[in-house]
Amino acid sequence: MPMNRPAFRFSFALLGAIALAGIVARAPAQVKSNPELGTTTAGRYPFTAADVHFITGMISHHAQALVMARWAPTHDAGSSVRVLCERIINAQTDEIALMSRWLTVRNQPVPEAKPGPMKMVMNGVEMDMLMPGMLSDDQMMQLDAAKGIEFDRRFLRFMIQHHQGAMTMVNDLFATEGAGQDEAIFKFASDVYADQGTEIDRMQKMLILLLGK
Amino acid sequence: MLNTQSKLFFAAIVALAGCSAATTSSGGGGAAAPAVAKDPRVGLAPGTLDAHDTRVVTPAAEASWNLKLVSLTPPAPKFIGSTNSDLAFIGNYAIQGNYNGYQIWDISSPAKPTLKTEYYCPASQSDVSVYRNLLVVSSESNSGRLDCAGTGVKDPISHDRIRGIRMFDISDIANPKYIGNVQTCRGSHTHTLLVDPKDKDNVYVYISGSSGVRPAGELAGCSNAMPDSDPNSAHFRIEVIKIPLAHPEQAAIVSSPRIFNDLTAPPTHGEGAADKAEMDAAIAKGAFVADVGGQKFVLPPAFVNPQLDSVVKARGGMGKPTKADSAAFRAYLPTFVAKMTGGGGGNNKPTGPDQCHDITVYPAIGLAGGACGGYGLLLDIRDPAHPVRLGAVADSNFSYWHSATFNNDGTKILFSDEWGGGGAPKCRAGDKMEWGADAIFELVNNRMVMKSYYKMPAAQTSLENCVAHNGSLIPIPGRDVMIQAWYQGGVSVFDWTDASHPKEIAFFDRGPSAPDHMGPGGSWSVYWYNGVMVSSEILRGLDIFELVPSAFISQNEIDAAKSVHVDYTNTQGQTKIVWPATFSLARAYVDQLARSNGLSTSRITATRSALNAAEQANGSARRNALSQLATKLRNDGSGVSDRAKMQKLSSAVEELANATR
Repeated sequence: MPMNRPAFRFSFALLGAIALAGIVARAPAQVKSNPELGTTTAGRYPFTAADVHFITGMISHHAQALVMARWAPTHDAGSSVRVLCERIINAQTDEIALMSRWLTVRNQPVPEAKPGPMKMVMNGVEMDMLMPGMLSDDQMMQLDAAKGIEFDRRFLRFMIQHHQGAMTMVNDLFATEGAGQDEAIFKFASDVYADQGTEIDRMQKMLILLLGK
Repeated sequence: MLNTQSKLFFAAIVALAGCSAATTSSGGGGAAAPAVAKDPRVGLAPGTLDAHDTRVVTPAAEASWNLKLVSLTPPAPKFIGSTNSDLAFIGNYAIQGNYNGYQIWDISSPAKPTLKTEYYCPASQSDVSVYRNLLVVSSESNSGRLDCAGTGVKDPISHDRIRGIRMFDISDIANPKYIGNVQTCRGSHTHTLLVDPKDKDNVYVYISGSSGVRPAGELAGCSNAMPDSDPNSAHFRIEVIKIPLAHPEQAAIVSSPRIFNDLTAPPTHGEGAADKAEMDAAIAKGAFVADVGGQKFVLPPAFVNPQLDSVVKARGGMGKPTKADSAAFRAYLPTFVAKMTGGGGGNNKPTGPDQCHDITVYPAIGLAGGACGGYGLLLDIRDPAHPVRLGAVADSNFSYWHSATFNNDGTKILFSDEWGGGGAPKCRAGDKMEWGADAIFELVNNRMVMKSYYKMPAAQTSLENCVAHNGSLIPIPGRDVMIQAWYQGGVSVFDWTDASHPKEIAFFDRGPSAPDHMGPGGSWSVYWYNGVMVSSEILRGLDIFELVPSAFISQNEIDAAKSVHVDYTNTQGQTKIVWPATFSLARAYVDQLARSNGLSTSRITATRSALNAAEQANGSARRNALSQLATKLRNDGSGVSDRAKMQKLSSAVEELANATR
């Protein structure tokens, strides 16, 4: 299984709300805004810890989607789910590359693209937290255990949950003070919001088509 | 009780294993094959950029075919390193949006455009539209400031922020005057300026903005709740702004049409009238129907019967289910469906598109094409403030419907798919030709019928962001020809007269802007305007192209295209192309008949000679010669296999005769 530690889902909004209580994400704590780095607008809108946290978290979020989608051929997925998975693999692999570069040019640590939880420090205690919508170990086991049309159903349900979590991450980002000013972040986050929202719609209809079979 | 039922239902669904779900489709037509044997766009050498990715140090290699780059003009200093966005045109000017504001170029000399105006006012995307002395500019992101400062807006709630449109008076084009703005709940990613033929006093702006909803504390009335819990929700609607031309400062939102309600289009293309008839019949017979976002599915007996039995058991009964059992099951279905599809509770987000990316209006035919999330919509816009959806299509190969273009006759519509948002390299050799492409539909009684896909056919590298983006028609008479931007995939000119077989006929491309990473660059949009094609190059500035005659486009066709003059162009506001009566127009049709063997060689030769002779003559002699030729073309059917084109030719010659004094 891809994850071997217990984890709990953690909302970005929650992070914002209790940040003053001494909760800090580890990577963002080391952020040094460098206006000379990276994209052309970086100088105008220095990025924030929340931006870095969003990107870093989204890399692991995407990495889990890749693990899920790559199971389609080995789990006897139907043709429509296979096509969907191909598209998800193509899209999210490219986006991981884009996000990694965003971090690199801003001198931020680039996490390995693996689907585990993020390390967060809460009141001095380090904890593992999954980004919103990510599947728990138990859910990943459920998905891995399914084959054929049952894989399709579970995949769609879990990927809808997963995508909804990505949309939550975007909403939370934009609700955070100073975040999302960098045009590259704004565009990427808005694209995630629009693309994954559209894909949720598609998956809901695919799911109900399976129901009708 | 519901929980118990839910489990039972889920068990039943699990038991349905083995059913297949063939929802994908192989598409309505083949993807385009490479236009030339060894495509010179493949393997173009990359350029290099400065350390900040803002300036070209070494230009990338270029390749072109039937298209000539006549100038490349870099941005003014304040705009260097900031994304160049969309274009609008008026008079001799091209207005180019930029994330730092906009620039106005005098393009009366296409080989040497000159900067007339630079207006610094950061916002994204700064997409522009123009009408007479009015300039409209989009603002979407969180960093756009009302005072045009480039310092961003740090607070999540702030009255310094502008998300919506700004308006400028460009009566003195060298000195635009700020008029005012209209703020919207989701900002304006882009917008469409609609000139209603029946309304001389106002213009309308359709706002497209798919970004997040602003807090009500920043803009009163904005609600991020879903429509089922708040009828005023900013989701699932577009905004229509009315701008009184005499008082643009009074511009305001006049309606927020919910054009997505009850959307029934399927996620795959190909479902036709027969499917709908079948569904209607099933509903009439009392079938159990699941409804997801307006799309209905008949549940099969193999699914329904065990559920009904379980309802009977749940009440401790035996035997056949009663009417009350059926009613209970029917009443529970929506909740069950919501649970199945990830919704449920107060968080039940309806399915279907939440917003449009682009809407292209074509007022002359009363229609608009909306590229909206996972759908392409056809809208009736004869009442501009109250667009009505006529039809919707979805396509399993389309990721994100981005923009729409009608052909001039209004018999076809082309939608583009901006898969990956434009920042991803979706034209690599391994990327499917149906993905990130255009989809071409014929319009049959206001219904969209899928015909084919078109994708710029040359494989690009992973260093080049590439996907279908903005383009326009090229006014070649008698054909549907379009030029389109593909970001770092360059620009592609293609003929979609035969909707089932689009074909590339010209291109221009550069190698990657950077050798070791995906640098900025590529064509954001490329549009025909009064004889030239102007491209907004994201990094490099303004490219201007001219057509080069070839086997696919003759000099006469180019001359006929250049004879069309318009006062202004907003590409999302299509206007009917009308060709003036010229010898070029007639000869263009003759060339097309020759190319398609629509007329015998001897008659082609004779017609060309007759046109030449008429052109040599003057006054009544010319008029008589043309009238005689028109009569002959109209009445003599010998050697004619393309009657429709002959009709166009004879009409063109007749009009030319009538125009001769």
